[in-house]
Amino acid sequence: MERATYVFDRVYLKGTGTSVGPLEKQGPLGEYFDRDYENNYCGEKNWEAAERRLLSDAIIIAIINSGLKLEDVDLIIAGDLINQNVISNYAMRDFDVPFLGMYGACSTSMQTLLTGSIFINSGMFNNIVVASSSHNATAERQFRYPTEYGGQKPPTMTFTVTGAGAALISSIPSSIKITAATIGRVIDAKQKNPNDMGSAMAPAASDTLIRHFRDLNISPDYYDMIVTGDLSQIGSQVLLDIMEYENYPINKLHHDCGKMIYSEDQKVFAGGSGCACCAVVTFGYIKRLLDTDQIKRALVVATGALLNPMMTLQKETIPCIAHAVAFEKCEVKP
Amino acid sequence: MIYLNAFLVAGTICLLGQLLVDVFKLTPGHVTSYFVVVGALLDSFSLYDRLIDFAGAGALVPITSFGHSLLHGALAKAEEMGFFGIAMGMFDLTASGITSAIIFAFLVAVFFKPKG
Repeated sequence: MERATYVFDRVYLKGTGTSVGPLEKQGPLGEYFDRDYENNYCGEKNWEAAERRLLSDAIIIAIINSGLKLEDVDLIIAGDLINQNVISNYAMRDFDVPFLGMYGACSTSMQTLLTGSIFINSGMFNNIVVASSSHNATAERQFRYPTEYGGQKPPTMTFTVTGAGAALISSIPSSIKITAATIGRVIDAKQKNPNDMGSAMAPAASDTLIRHFRDLNISPDYYDMIVTGDLSQIGSQVLLDIMEYENYPINKLHHDCGKMIYSEDQKVFAGGSGCACCAVVTFGYIKRLLDTDQIKRALVVATGALLNPMMTLQKETIPCIAHAVAFEKCEVKP
Repeated sequence: MIYLNAFLVAGTICLLGQLLVDVFKLTPGHVTSYFVVVGALLDSFSLYDRLIDFAGAGALVPITSFGHSLLHGALAKAEEMGFFGIAMGMFDLTASGITSAIIFAFLVAVFFKPKG
């Protein structure tokens, strides 16, 4: 197997920004998000404009929280779920900064972060903002049905998170270091049901995790917390079973952003999903855990189902991917 | 009695639809289309008419009656006008349903905003 884990020596998570919709604010992690809106329109005319607003918020807050200015940012790398990445592309009209758009379905948060980290580690960039967004109404329309259609949903289905998360990563030392990243492979477990993406994505997550541990020659308990993006209730169990079978048990360390972001009594089926799910939980909650020394090391694995409705109608199976990024608390040298 | 029949017939049709969605993983679009086709097929030998006599609205309200009405209208016009009557009469009986769907959809779109 080719080596796919890259170790960084000078990449730091300087500041993060998160902006969410009302349901996410009401959830158990509500207090960790920087900004929230009373309804899903976020003060805009339509859903796409609302998602752009969330993305712009997150980027601006991340820059402010870093104590830097927009002029200090060398590059923005962002992505979302909507056709042609229009949310990121259109939001960038307001930012006078070089931009790279990326698509990795719900793995976009870590895909942009690991790309940015490699750029910074190369020495060619100093400050990069990475961001990703999703919106329940835009994603439902894109991947399933418009919400107004009122189609029935099975309990295995996930619920797209409305929000956006951004991080400013930098070569200037700060207390959280990005130490390593593993780039995922496209894994197709021959699953066809687009209403159960958690199970489809679990094999991709396990592939990336196992390669991460093997490449670095570490065991899962090197980390205090291993967080997957949006496997939700069903997919998480599949992942735990695979990891147990592969002799890398992670039962005690594993958390899933899709399960963390909503509470049991919120009607979200199997849990949260979408680019924003992993982004807001990582850049809101996990960042806070590291800041307050509750954990020292965290591995975040964002999972993405690389399907679109046309492929599903053509009876294709669902290819999936997962990217992992490791965060470590470090002492800042004055 | 017809109330019970209506309940049972419409309930059975809905149960079949739910099974198609849950067990056979069909989309709502598939289910609607199949039911229209089945309703049209059942118009043969006036089977669906007998079901309507038996269950009243229990057979008229589900989408299967739309298929039945399509074929019914087409055949009635065909008897009158010959072969081309099939095309001319196809939407005769369903015209009011289609028109109201368009008008109500328009009105809802004008006056309401989805909450997402």
